[in-house]
Amino acid sequence: MILRKALLGFQLAAALTLAAFGAQAQSVKIAYIDPLSGGGATIGEHGLKQLQFLVETINAKGGVAGGQKLEAVAYDNKGSPQESLVQVQKAIDAGVRFITQGNGSGAAIAISEFVTKYNERNPGKEVLYFNYAAVDPALTNEKCSYWHFRWDANSDIKMAALTNFMTDKREIKKVYIIGQDYSFGHAVRGAANTMLKAKRPDIQVVGDELHPLLKITDFAPYIAKIKASGADSVITGNWGNDMSLLLKAAADSGLQVNWYTYYAGGAGGPTAVKQTGLDHRVFQISEWHTNVPAPEMEGFADAFLKKYGGASGQGWWYLRMKNQMEMFAAAVNQAKSTEPKKVATALREMKYKNSLGSEVFMRGADHSLFQDMYISSFGSGTKHDEEKTGWGWKTVGLIKAQDTVIPTTCKMTVPS
Amino acid sequence: MLELVIFSTLNGLLYGMLLFLLASGLTLIFSMMGVLNFAHASFYMLGAYFGFQISRYVGYWPGLILAPLLVGVIGALVERYGLRVVHKHGHVAELLFTFGLAFMIEELVQMVWGKVPVDYRIPQLLNFSAFTLFDTTYPAFRMFMLLMSVATFIGLLLLLTRTRVGLIIRAALSHPNMVGSLGHNVPLVFMLVFGAGCGLAALAGVIAGPALITQPAMAASLGPILFVVVVVGGLGSLGGAFVASLLIGLIQTFAVALNVSLADVVAPLGLTLTRDSIGGDLWMATVAQVAPIIPYLLLVLVLIFRPHGLMGNRET
Repeated sequence: MILRKALLGFQLAAALTLAAFGAQAQSVKIAYIDPLSGGGATIGEHGLKQLQFLVETINAKGGVAGGQKLEAVAYDNKGSPQESLVQVQKAIDAGVRFITQGNGSGAAIAISEFVTKYNERNPGKEVLYFNYAAVDPALTNEKCSYWHFRWDANSDIKMAALTNFMTDKREIKKVYIIGQDYSFGHAVRGAANTMLKAKRPDIQVVGDELHPLLKITDFAPYIAKIKASGADSVITGNWGNDMSLLLKAAADSGLQVNWYTYYAGGAGGPTAVKQTGLDHRVFQISEWHTNVPAPEMEGFADAFLKKYGGASGQGWWYLRMKNQMEMFAAAVNQAKSTEPKKVATALREMKYKNSLGSEVFMRGADHSLFQDMYISSFGSGTKHDEEKTGWGWKTVGLIKAQDTVIPTTCKMTVPS
Repeated sequence: MLELVIFSTLNGLLYGMLLFLLASGLTLIFSMMGVLNFAHASFYMLGAYFGFQISRYVGYWPGLILAPLLVGVIGALVERYGLRVVHKHGHVAELLFTFGLAFMIEELVQMVWGKVPVDYRIPQLLNFSAFTLFDTTYPAFRMFMLLMSVATFIGLLLLLTRTRVGLIIRAALSHPNMVGSLGHNVPLVFMLVFGAGCGLAALAGVIAGPALITQPAMAASLGPILFVVVVVGGLGSLGGAFVASLLIGLIQTFAVALNVSLADVVAPLGLTLTRDSIGGDLWMATVAQVAPIIPYLLLVLVLIFRPHGLMGNRET
């Protein structure tokens, strides 16, 4: 009896192992390492849905490299660089060779350095890191790595575009800069100060503030300070709850300023902007928004909204992640291999026509992608709206991909 | 400038009063039973989540009453069947018990309501601005938060100073053994105080939940500040907890408004410090930037120079 039970158990275990092995052999795993708890969870969850939708779409078209399926596996890094490394190690132990992360440059730098060291020590078992949103310029300059690829424009490019746009707005007299106290927040504040000084020396910077990252639940004291400074415009690189709660506090106190942001369109942002009542006075710089006219992308965004929008009505947001996954699939097909080293070779100088029908290109020198960038304002009278607010994004400025190219100081070690 | 002072005062008072709702229960429990209840802020979180859940079925207002009652009952049960059993193994065991409880509650909340903040809305009735001053508006819900906490404070004060129950509780604060010797059922008093303390924390949760986002991290982020309040205020002193709550609320809010750094302070002395000096960022960090750690600085200073707190009458 006992023997029979044991035999049965063994058979079952063998069957499970075979099944697991079978699945592993067929699917290419991508580890999604981003905050799924804490202050970044809202956007972390939103990003995960988009990755899953991309994986489903690519798989529905037959997968990669002649029939292999992609599979997204989620790991919660709680928004912290230390926790990210624990999760990366976990993913690698589970056999993952491709990692993606985007929320937080602190975590991004840690992952990039970890992966680089790991690959040096484990030749033949290389891991690639796809960064869809962490934009600290250091990642593609002094801290660049062959194993890191970035699909978003770096912070300096975004700030250059925003400040160019502000140059023509003569009504701007006093600017308040507020950001998160970590590498990216410091980069934004530095770039904003130097660029404004060069382009509009008449503008007075009346506030230059850093607050703890993703810890603050009540921004009322900060809004009171902005109000007292007499600023007419605010520049911020805030993301996640730090963006939506900042806007929410502004709405509560009736602060009337123009906002120049990187991420007002992130999950929860549009709802908060609507609460402020600032019609077409909140600007963002991004590679896409729902009202960019492009039939293919509009159809894709609609399909996502229908399937994953849910009660909050949070629609598609990361064209950059779509570019990333499609270019990844193209690279695997081109290399006819899912071997990270070969994929990297195919990817590093890739030119690609994305779903807006425009050309984007990866620069081999620093592995950063260049693409058209849109400045848009949020308000009434648009075709598509966000989060069921009735308001949507409207393009107010377009910077072509070749005009966003800035030099890099990256000295990359290309493995032989 | 006047505008900044007025609104910072309002925001500071509000934050301080919220802290007091939590600290009052914590300090009562701490001084009566000698238990530093690590899970106290978790009951605050439970209050917010219960309030949210109730609001989805019957609206905000019933939740304001039901959630604190429910959490109060849970608190009393925890005391009766948890703490009291652990009590015989001494204070360290009790401390560890509440420590574990805090983690359990957080995990439970994550399992039931998820890791993402829940959409706990301000009641429609209070969704307008109470007044406009220097063309800054002040939301009615914040006024409501402030008034509710002041009302609770007054109620608590009357209960403790004007009723028999209050008399026994106050006696148990300073002379727990004497009260027992006089034939009062001290364990029952303990259970009721523990339950009431948890209920107060839950009330704070229902009040703060819609305004300060209801999420699983809300207990962990508020917990440490509470201990600061209790220690700074002084053990067994409700008045001390009140003063310390307001003090910390105001300090944290006003600190955000200050842009002075150490480099600015020494500048008139002819010293120029930059990021490249020895010590680096230490000199350049403004008061606003270090605002979150100022309460802990206060904690350290109080423990060194005034170990029984501002108004406490027992040694920590």
